[in-house]
Amino acid sequence: MSTREDILATIRAAASAGPAGNGDDAGRSAGGHGYRTSSGRARAALPGLLAERLSDYRAIVRRAKPDELPDEVNAALTRRGARRIAVPPGLELPGLTEDVEVVAADGLAPDALDALDGVVTGAAVAIAETGTIVLDGAPGQGTRAVTLVPDYHLCIVRSDQIVHMVPEAVARLAPCANHPLTWISGPSATSDIELNRVEGVHGPRTLEVIIVSASAEPPVPGAGQSPTG
Amino acid sequence: MTTFLGLPAPPHGTGHLRGDEPFPVAARRALADSQLRHNLANATRTIRAKRARVVAELPDWEALREAGQAIKADAMAHLDSYLEQLEANITLRGGTVHWARDAGEACQIVTGLVRDTGASEVVKVKSLVTDEIGLNDALAAAGVTAVETDLAELIVQLGHDRPSHILVPAIHRNRAEIREIFLREMAGVDPELTDQPAALAEAARLYLRRRFLSARVGISGVNFAIAETGTLCVVESEGNGRMCLTLPPTLITVMGIEKILPRWQDLSVFLQLLPRSSTGERMNPYTSMWTGVTPGDGPQEFHLVLLDNGRTAALADPVGRQALHCIRCSACLNVCPVYERTGGHAYGSVYPGPIGAVLSPQLTGIEENASLPYASSLCGACYEACPVKIDIPSILVHLRGRHVETAREHRKVPSAEAITMAAASWTMAAPARFTAAQRAGSLGRMLASGGRLRRLPPPLAAWTRARDAPAPPAQTFRQWWRREHGDTR
Repeated sequence: MSTREDILATIRAAASAGPAGNGDDAGRSAGGHGYRTSSGRARAALPGLLAERLSDYRAIVRRAKPDELPDEVNAALTRRGARRIAVPPGLELPGLTEDVEVVAADGLAPDALDALDGVVTGAAVAIAETGTIVLDGAPGQGTRAVTLVPDYHLCIVRSDQIVHMVPEAVARLAPCANHPLTWISGPSATSDIELNRVEGVHGPRTLEVIIVSASAEPPVPGAGQSPTG
Repeated sequence: MTTFLGLPAPPHGTGHLRGDEPFPVAARRALADSQLRHNLANATRTIRAKRARVVAELPDWEALREAGQAIKADAMAHLDSYLEQLEANITLRGGTVHWARDAGEACQIVTGLVRDTGASEVVKVKSLVTDEIGLNDALAAAGVTAVETDLAELIVQLGHDRPSHILVPAIHRNRAEIREIFLREMAGVDPELTDQPAALAEAARLYLRRRFLSARVGISGVNFAIAETGTLCVVESEGNGRMCLTLPPTLITVMGIEKILPRWQDLSVFLQLLPRSSTGERMNPYTSMWTGVTPGDGPQEFHLVLLDNGRTAALADPVGRQALHCIRCSACLNVCPVYERTGGHAYGSVYPGPIGAVLSPQLTGIEENASLPYASSLCGACYEACPVKIDIPSILVHLRGRHVETAREHRKVPSAEAITMAAASWTMAAPARFTAAQRAGSLGRMLASGGRLRRLPPPLAAWTRARDAPAPPAQTFRQWWRREHGDTR
């Protein structure tokens, strides 16, 4: 008997010795366990909540209306001092300043990515409650290496991409379950030394997010500047 | 070992699952280390407070726990078909799936795969299961250097030390000790290095950066594997996981068979339960998901090693099986009064704390980890904290029972415990004997100070080795009743 068949036979014997388990599919449909799969939170409130939660985890957050986006992107890159950046195929950045050189980054070796000043991408989904951005590798988001190696990641999130809760994001991403997915909640961080949180280890040490929504909401307190503390 | 009905007996696990000495001996030494106790108390207190804060944010936390428990019970009940489904989905997407009965087989498979690439160094994501199977030693024996890339694992590796906590393996080290280790072991480190956490993290970044960018093989564990889609999921904080899962051309992932979740939608539950229980965050900084190989993105060669190593032995125990539901969040460690004082090393296994006390003995066979089910006060805090509602106290009691049964089968002379129980049974069987015994017991008051008995005579001495016994009352309940109500029998 092959190892595989041997292990599977052992599992079958062991599983049958145990309780039947909750093997029936009844109650396993969405929401069948009584946890929340969506909330009544108004869509208009989500960009503000996302901004607040991202800031909690020390991301830099800006809000912009669609027509303000090019200026916001240029301002962010200028503040950062980024001269050579990666922009994945499929992301349109009209009005990008000529001070910045755009490099076709997909397929670049890690060392070449390391020499870039940053990367600008879109996103697939954002979760307001947890301050999370999900990239699914679709056009405009680049490969996983492109958003990992450069030390600065500028991510553009549209308001229609924002959901309130984790279960809503999981449902939206179901068709992408086989894509390489990266869930990002703030810049890389460690708490391994006496549980002191230190932002900026191996992933991009600076995450900046521009949330684009049509409505004119009040700015988030503290957003738009490098957080301190 | 008994086999019945012609079914194969589940094999027990090998690897780093048992210590060189019983828990009480190791615990006694740990308790004498005041620096360790200070570090642990500080760390567990901090993380308990963080967890409590973010758990309180979710109004449906209890419903999520119920869901997590039910999903895992389903996964275990149909483990064979879910694993076959996972294998089929990963194979379809260009990955290769291997099966390993124990630590030795898993190490052999991984070592062979690394050797095929010709690489002499691999980068590793923090992974308990590769610690469990002793993979780093096996690779070293094959001439391959395994570089731990999680900061805490790096501290442990450079310190020639063992992990002492599931989430923060270097929890027993403070910043001054970490600085010393880096100065001593990290080639090319700045001799002016301070002990500020930010400076120490920066030193680790510099040390590992070149290794990430040039790595040819990455090795990881896995947090969740979705049978329905073949998706594998690794949660982390530092980005070392993303580096190892993305940059090397070859990725090898080792997975305990119990990590499986039936459906994609199950991530709704576990991506809420795990970060809030583990690091006390609403979400961990990075979560990576992938299925097999993605052309043009990430490793183009992917291997998954499915590991039993005693898990089927746990599965065969109807009570103990729920220990396999564990998602390795470490919340039970942080609330445990025993762990807080002894730390993780005393448990002797890569799985410390309350969950380790129920998991390790089941993986190895109870007789090889017989002291662990007793490494608990049965206070129940672990059950309350567990995000998938593993009833750890009940499993502990169950395993103590199994241990007594096993010991009786192997022993000709009855134990002190068995003699005591037999004596108690004889005494309590007749009212006159019981009354006389109680009267004799109240004489024990003369030996007590402050209402406590610090040391009982043999064969009861073992009981008071780690605790006081309350002094017997001046009068028994029956004496009190007779005085209050008269003899109305």
